[in-house]
Amino acid sequence: MKISKIKEILTADTLAGEERIDTEVICACGSDLMSDVLAGEAKEEFVLLTGLVNPQVIRTAEMVDMRAIVFVRGKTPTPEVLELAEEKGIVVLSTKCPLYIASGLLYTNGLRGAGSVETAL
Amino acid sequence: MKLHYEVDGEEFAAAGQASGNIKKMLKQLGIASDVIRKISIAVYEAEINMVIHADGGTVDVDIQTDKIYIALKDTGPGIPNIDLAMREGYSTASDEVRDLGFGAGMGLPNIQKNSDFLKITSAVGVGTTVEIEVNL
Ligand SMILES: Nc1ncnc2c1ncn2[C@@H]1O[C@H](COP(=O)(O)OP(=O)(O)O)[C@@H](O)[C@H]1O
Ligand SMILES: [Mg+2]
Repeated sequence: MKISKIKEILTADTLAGEERIDTEVICACGSDLMSDVLAGEAKEEFVLLTGLVNPQVIRTAEMVDMRAIVFVRGKTPTPEVLELAEEKGIVVLSTKCPLYIASGLLYTNGLRGAGSVETAL
Repeated sequence: MKLHYEVDGEEFAAAGQASGNIKKMLKQLGIASDVIRKISIAVYEAEINMVIHADGGTVDVDIQTDKIYIALKDTGPGIPNIDLAMREGYSTASDEVRDLGFGAGMGLPNIQKNSDFLKITSAVGVGTTVEIEVNL
């Protein structure tokens, strides 16, 4: 799914990386715990949905090469955080949607998590 | 090839800068992406620990022919019981740190998982050294 499609589904604003909005992602993960993200399977073609907006969210994405981050619940990061995202080439979206609803919307539109439902259970 | 970085212990926002620079350097050197991933995750968790549990410190990287060796040294409070600290879920982090997305006691287990060799040397009141190796 293109990041631009995620933006559309979540009625999100683009806060950083506008020029990369047509990049494809194939998986999503949702977490407010960065250690959990680092312990998981997130990689290049992943988008991270999170309610945290501190610079370590950008760093976490950087470490595993994630292409995009969606800030949920209308959280607004500081300009420094967005600058860091620009520097790292990460697309940042912001939606008013809470994490659970945002995840549900993307999932029902075909964006899956890592692995199959069977392996997740 | 040897690299050296300083980690500022005052600023949580800057934590991860050294890890980011190391990652960039390894990419430029054409190191395999699975190796870069392991090193990035392990060093980043260790750098975060250095800032949230200690007072910053230094990171030294030695790129050898068969492996990459990294040593993170701090002069923080030290770890009284390393076996306990290694346990998943064990954390002395403050609620403040938890609110920032760390402090779930997963850092050291994450480092272990992403390294081929891990050695933690620590003395209470003196500091902690975390040595990580990832094979090429
Ligand atoms: N550099 C360090 N200096 C002092 N204590 C540390 C250091 N690194 C880790 N620790 C101790 O080990 C515990 C476990 O570390 P870790 O697994 O990374 O979990 P977390 O950082 O989430 O607490 C920490 O809560 C802390 O008590
Ligand atoms: Mg930690």
